[in-house]
Amino acid sequence: MLAILDYQAGNLTSVRRALDHLGIPCTVTADPGTLRAAQGVIFPGVGAAGSAMAHLTATGLGDLLKELVAAGKPLLGICLGCQIVLTASEENQATTLGIIPGRCQRFDASLTDEDGHPIAIPHMGWNTVRLTQPCRLFDGIDPASEFYFVHSYYPVPESRYVIGMTHYGLDFCSVHGKDGLWSVQFHPEKSGRPGLTLLSNFFAYCQEVSHAQ
Amino acid sequence: MLSKRVIPCLDVRDGKLTKGVRFQGNVDIGDPVETARRYYEEGADEIVFYDITASHEGRGIMLRVVEQVAAQIFIPFSVGGGISTVAHMRDVLLAGAEKVSVNSAAVKNPAIIGEGAAAFGSQCIVVGMDVLRVPATPEIPSGYEIVVHGGRKRTGIDALWWAQEAERLGAGELCVNSIDADGTKDGYELTLTRRIADAVRIPVIASGGAGTPEHMAAAVTQGRASAALIASIVHYGEYTIAQCKEVMAQHGVKVRTVW
Repeated sequence: MLAILDYQAGNLTSVRRALDHLGIPCTVTADPGTLRAAQGVIFPGVGAAGSAMAHLTATGLGDLLKELVAAGKPLLGICLGCQIVLTASEENQATTLGIIPGRCQRFDASLTDEDGHPIAIPHMGWNTVRLTQPCRLFDGIDPASEFYFVHSYYPVPESRYVIGMTHYGLDFCSVHGKDGLWSVQFHPEKSGRPGLTLLSNFFAYCQEVSHAQ
Repeated sequence: MLSKRVIPCLDVRDGKLTKGVRFQGNVDIGDPVETARRYYEEGADEIVFYDITASHEGRGIMLRVVEQVAAQIFIPFSVGGGISTVAHMRDVLLAGAEKVSVNSAAVKNPAIIGEGAAAFGSQCIVVGMDVLRVPATPEIPSGYEIVVHGGRKRTGIDALWWAQEAERLGAGELCVNSIDADGTKDGYELTLTRRIADAVRIPVIASGGAGTPEHMAAAVTQGRASAALIASIVHYGEYTIAQCKEVMAQHGVKVRTVW
């Protein structure tokens, strides 16, 4: 069973719908016992870093997440989740969880596209991911696949944690982490079949880890 | 590099897919959920549902359509038509839509744009604009006027001004529909599309007039749109979405080709 972390940040049902469609058992929860019992945790993302972080701190969920990661519980961060696992964010000048060393910064308004026009912010739409190191989340996914992005800030983790890059005005990190602790800036739950495959791959990893224990 | 999007638009009335020249002589042509699923599987990048139901009961039917679509398709989709309050936006988003589109309601009450953006984020709020070509006047310097109620009522509002105003108020995207081109299949109104795309920094969806995939390529190259909205050219099987994308790619447009 996967737990989708409920941190009062808005609509978390799209991830649940995708997992339901895949037949992956899941629950949307903020209950520490349920989170500890889950085979893996998905940290979805909508909203702003400052308010999300305030909620995680006030409820103790931030500390719980760190505890779970330290104990080897698989975690998948999505969008804002991908940013909050870093140390700090330019958004609301927030100090974030610090699970992965790095920060998060805003697309600069002076960046331009291929034709020299200023880029639109947020980065919204379909874009490719170029893997810079192998990642089992992408097993069985055609490298030419595209994923759906909606964001104004992008992660800048320490280089050893960079797994995939995407181009929008500049090359930015769109996948980061290490085995069992992955984050993606795009929305796999809105990225068609490649996104669903990625979610299945995450669940398969969670099952392996829980069976090994 | 960001792909240009191909977005089929489904007009829905009382839970049934319908299409005519918009607002005139609509006929039911199928099931919106089944059609959306087919377009999803054929490579649509996003789907727009336009609810032309007027009745209160119809609104509940539309929410059930949205829920069914959200359980089956895993790409973004938006819902527009008759949305005029934040509460209604919330219902549609919680039912599973990624975005809501406001049109006439935003002209009547521009504050709805900012209220929606504050509640759900700008990326959720699409402002739809129906635009009519008119002689340029001091009131309508661009020669493009906003019309409402399906093009039947002129507003005296300049479309270029309104596009920038909608962006300022918090719109995340604009869907620019040319009333002159809509239903003609002679191509999008490229001058209008280009002028609005050049005037704002949010994505512009070109709408109205698509008759061939070449028209779609022109909308995103000459028109500088981020996306091309299509309806009858795919609804009646003249082209598949894959064929549209193939032609766009031949014209040098980056499109999503793997799904």
